Amino acid sequence: MASAAETARKAERDDIRKRWLLSAPALLIIFFAAAGPLGIVIVYSFLEPGSYGDVRWSFSTDAWVSVVLQRDIFDETLSIADAHVAIFWRSVTLSLATTVFAFIFGFPTAYFIATRPERTRALWLFLITIPFWTNLLIRTFAIQEVIRNEGLFNIVLLKLGLISTPIQIIYTDTAIMIGMIYVYLPLMVLPLYASMEKLDFRLVEAGYDLYATRFQVLRRIILPMVKPGIVAGSILVFIPSLGAYVTPRILGGGRNLMLGNLIELQFGQGRNWPLGASLSITLLIIVLAALLIYIRYAGTGARNHG
Amino acid sequence: MASRFDIRRQTGFPTVALFCFFLLYLPLSVVVIFAFNSGTSIAVWEGFSFRWFVQAWSNQQVVDASIRSVQIASVAAVIATVAATMAALATTRTRPYRGLTFKYAFINQPLMVPEIVTAVALLIFFSRIKIATGYSGLGYLMIAHAAFCIPFAYLPIRARLESMDTALETAAADLYATPWQAFRRVTLPLLWPGIIAGLMLAFVISLDDVVITEFVKSAGQDTLPTYMLGQLRRVVTPEINAISTAFLGISVAIVTVFFLISRKKT
Repeated sequence: MASAAETARKAERDDIRKRWLLSAPALLIIFFAAAGPLGIVIVYSFLEPGSYGDVRWSFSTDAWVSVVLQRDIFDETLSIADAHVAIFWRSVTLSLATTVFAFIFGFPTAYFIATRPERTRALWLFLITIPFWTNLLIRTFAIQEVIRNEGLFNIVLLKLGLISTPIQIIYTDTAIMIGMIYVYLPLMVLPLYASMEKLDFRLVEAGYDLYATRFQVLRRIILPMVKPGIVAGSILVFIPSLGAYVTPRILGGGRNLMLGNLIELQFGQGRNWPLGASLSITLLIIVLAALLIYIRYAGTGARNHG
Repeated sequence: MASRFDIRRQTGFPTVALFCFFLLYLPLSVVVIFAFNSGTSIAVWEGFSFRWFVQAWSNQQVVDASIRSVQIASVAAVIATVAATMAALATTRTRPYRGLTFKYAFINQPLMVPEIVTAVALLIFFSRIKIATGYSGLGYLMIAHAAFCIPFAYLPIRARLESMDTALETAAADLYATPWQAFRRVTLPLLWPGIIAGLMLAFVISLDDVVITEFVKSAGQDTLPTYMLGQLRRVVTPEINAISTAFLGISVAIVTVFFLISRKKT
């Protein structure tokens, strides 16, 4: 008997070893070309900048100090780095605004798709997926074509005589926000749809039987039930917005920087690699904090309604 | 009341939804329409013509960048799909074991870290290796693309594996098939649609990448997206619209096939 149990244990150990071997290529590639190099970024954030990019190998916390503070060139006193703080503030507020607007537009859209008849639902879903899989750069270019001064939006308003000079949208924070709402909207709609698809409409019916208005049904029954979808959608929009690089670069016109652009500058003209490294880690920490909040909320959501 | 009371209806929702679909497709339509403009403007219509497609096709930089994009995407997608298939086999249909959660988290890691952070990390890491080894070919881009494509290839393959019936494999084992025979003759044919779906997703994701490519590429290694990013800083002619339209066409075709494959449940 003892030997039978031993054989079973050995078979299980072999199985687990085989599973590690099978997953090794994927784990190694990700370690080598995604996760591992993040460790080097942490190391670089504690070094001194080299004269022509790269680093000098001596320990320094200057890069971390420079994330929010700046040292006066003459008297070495520290003060708040207004430029950096403004960029952090812009990144966070624009990302939050993008998330809110994506929800305002995305919620009715997801609800619309989820309440279509079975036959046409796949088509609507397909229509929302197409922009999601098309190149982000092309979509940003497309929105630029609409909102620039000689673009469709201004041409139509001028033709209609509603305005006499083009409205300056492009190269403003508003342009970046419109662009991010446009490119990330499908990321809000898809998880919302996934949670609405399983919605039990008998509960909605019960609400109406108890004389609830449409708005009460929406607020007291539908919204609480799709909360996991709302949290997932918000996080899926908020995180890429926070790290956005292409959209602010094209629509912000080089003056309205977001965190991603500030990081890139440190590896280009600014040539302060350690600062770029510490800014990257800062961005990563903010994103991980958002993810942790998500995991907590998603967890409680599943418990309440699962 | 004229019509039956529909409990699913919410006032104004269909209007907002249709408006959203309109807004999603309007800018893309403008890009596509002006790709066929005979004039040099990307805002004033001057007649129908294919001249910008012809011009893009005869632009050596565009052709080179396109070939490079396809090379990188093909190699990266194949590597990512093979690695993801093996990883999916190792992480499904098993009792929880030590390291299983770690594997999930690690495979999905590229999705959780902002692209710009990964791009910077790879810039630092690969620039060291480039100096140390002297090699500066497309290999860096291929391995970097393979890494962030793995989670995308992994998702449909894992989904397929979990919905598959294990009874057939058990039957194969009962009929004295070796584990390899069972895999080759039973598991693999059943898994095939998932693998194709994963391969196509990985290919599209690699083809679309801008940020990581922009940071990892050496001089003269522009892919189509990074070439376009450079062009958007200058005066834009409908040539960019033509390239975008062709690109859109390819992406839409791949996604359509993906959609049809993943809908077929057998």
